[in-house]
Amino acid sequence: MPNSDAQTVIETPADVADRYALEIINVSKHFDDVAAVNQVSLSIDKGEIFALLGGSGCGKTTLLRMLAGFETPSAGDIKINGVSVLHSPPYQRPVNMMFQSYALFPHMTVEQNVAFGLKQDRMPKAEIEVRVTEVLELVQMTRFRRRKPGQLSGGQQQRVALARSLAKKPALLLLDEPMGALDKKLRMQMQLELANIIESVGVTCVMVTHDQEEAMTMADRIAIMDQGEIMQVGAPRQIYEFPNSKLTAEFIGSINLFEAVAAFDVASGGAAPCRLECAELPCTVVSNETDSRFAGPCYVALRPEKISLETSLEPADNNWVRGKIDDIAYLGSHNVVHVRLETPAGKTKIVQVHVSNFARHAKSLDFEQAVALSWEPEAVVLIKAEAA
Amino acid sequence: MRAARVMLVAGLVFLYFPLLVLIIYSFNESRLVTIWTEFSVKWYIELLQDEQLMGAFFLSLQIACATAFMAVLLGTIAAYVLVNFGRFPGQTLFSSMIVAPLVMPEVITGLSLLLLFVGLSELLGWPASRGAMTIWIAHVTFSVAFVTIIISSRLREMDGSLEEAAMDLGATPLKVFFVITLPLIMPALVSGWLLAFTLSLDDLVIASFVSGPGASTLPMVIYSSVRLGVSPKINALATIFVGMILVGSFLVWWTMQRWQVYATDKKAAEG
Repeated sequence: MPNSDAQTVIETPADVADRYALEIINVSKHFDDVAAVNQVSLSIDKGEIFALLGGSGCGKTTLLRMLAGFETPSAGDIKINGVSVLHSPPYQRPVNMMFQSYALFPHMTVEQNVAFGLKQDRMPKAEIEVRVTEVLELVQMTRFRRRKPGQLSGGQQQRVALARSLAKKPALLLLDEPMGALDKKLRMQMQLELANIIESVGVTCVMVTHDQEEAMTMADRIAIMDQGEIMQVGAPRQIYEFPNSKLTAEFIGSINLFEAVAAFDVASGGAAPCRLECAELPCTVVSNETDSRFAGPCYVALRPEKISLETSLEPADNNWVRGKIDDIAYLGSHNVVHVRLETPAGKTKIVQVHVSNFARHAKSLDFEQAVALSWEPEAVVLIKAEAA
Repeated sequence: MRAARVMLVAGLVFLYFPLLVLIIYSFNESRLVTIWTEFSVKWYIELLQDEQLMGAFFLSLQIACATAFMAVLLGTIAAYVLVNFGRFPGQTLFSSMIVAPLVMPEVITGLSLLLLFVGLSELLGWPASRGAMTIWIAHVTFSVAFVTIIISSRLREMDGSLEEAAMDLGATPLKVFFVITLPLIMPALVSGWLLAFTLSLDDLVIASFVSGPGASTLPMVIYSSVRLGVSPKINALATIFVGMILVGSFLVWWTMQRWQVYATDKKAAEG
């Protein structure tokens, strides 16, 4: 009975054990000579929904499989509730996983699927019955308890898979691409529903996804992974508004990046806003950033929805450029307007701007029309240029 | 469309007309296999009284059953190792040696096994004489190849995360095999069993090589009796066989239908 074993150990007094449900300490995994996961350290609070977000091959799935016990780390340690699980096989860890394919046992009914884990713990039959009913009610699948997985729709299978992984009350719930097998419409609905169920149960959850919308909808915190390393960890809003690297900025949403050199007025004692000279923008950029660690080469990052597009060409001192409309993409909810700028270096640079349908009609935008772009100083995010 | 239908009918007639003729003539009164006189079941009665034929029939059934069970057991283990153990030293050699009997001419398999048994009995005194036991060993040797291929393809098709999910829920690897893997590959075990059974029942060449005095399988007896002229008893025996095969394949089809319900649409799940 692995779960009860783990619980007896939890009671040993350790401050850290009370704080974090999961600690990943300097974990690396090498396949032959390639590092799939490289020196990853993460601490995840109790009851938190944490998303590992990254493209394919970034190591997120390998990391998840190490938590479940299907892969052994080459180095580092994994602690659940303060206890190292490094040497426990998957069937002894207080961890349950919802697989991308759901992995429901096709030869068992919904009920038998959910009861499977409890049976392995030799729970008395009556208790199993009660617990199965409880979790099936939680996911609203009680009506289908006698069906086989093959007779359920994708969304229903997902609910059963979730019920099965919650049945044993795991210390840690793992979700592998939870929406991967659903169509887009169902995805939106299930994202919120799944997050609500997980929150109502209060289980700590680590999910893996390549879909940023999914991560932002469901997770309390997100870690962006690339090439086996964690690039940035933070709340969805923090990651979107303040990306700390070019990679994160480009990975989440769309963004306009301009190479720039930041200059700080040191005499003002850090109170004056930072002024930037951009090789790719024919104007002076002013930002609210006062942290002088950005001094020197950096990127100016501007989200397309934070740039305003005007047809009047009244010039402003800074944060103002003039360009011509190169292309307009109609996306239903809004339009993405590509504006072509002439850079001081004599090249052209395309800037993406989001324009609402209403504004597009009011301004009757057309190709090759001259427009002006402007933005507020607080919209400017600085990203330190990586040391080449 | 019309031409296709004609071709289909022609093909079916070509395949099944001889069988039909054989069944009809098994109820013929005449001694001559080609001339119809009147309806009679006397060849069936004579068949039941023919100790040599009946003995060979039961020996063949025994060998075929024993072969099928052994081949499924060994084939399952071999397939499981091949599919689930990843790369191991000598894996390529192992997998090609397992399928080698598929492409080996029967005469060569038979001859080499005969040489092996003769050599063994000279060296170790075992097997003391050749007979049902040596035929069984020989049949297992070549039918394991077929069974392994059937089972390993089924194992490969299986969603590997099913086994991982069972382990994740607390089942030990051994338990996972018996509670998850085995039920899911059962259809492959059944078809493997049937194939091994048929191969063994059917085999004449290898059995002739490795058999000894007193152990004649059905194909051996039929073959030698046909050389002396076809007896209508053989027709009767063949009719019984066809009947058994019909009943057997219906039962298999019926069980498979029930198993179909279990089989998930793997593609839908992967989407």
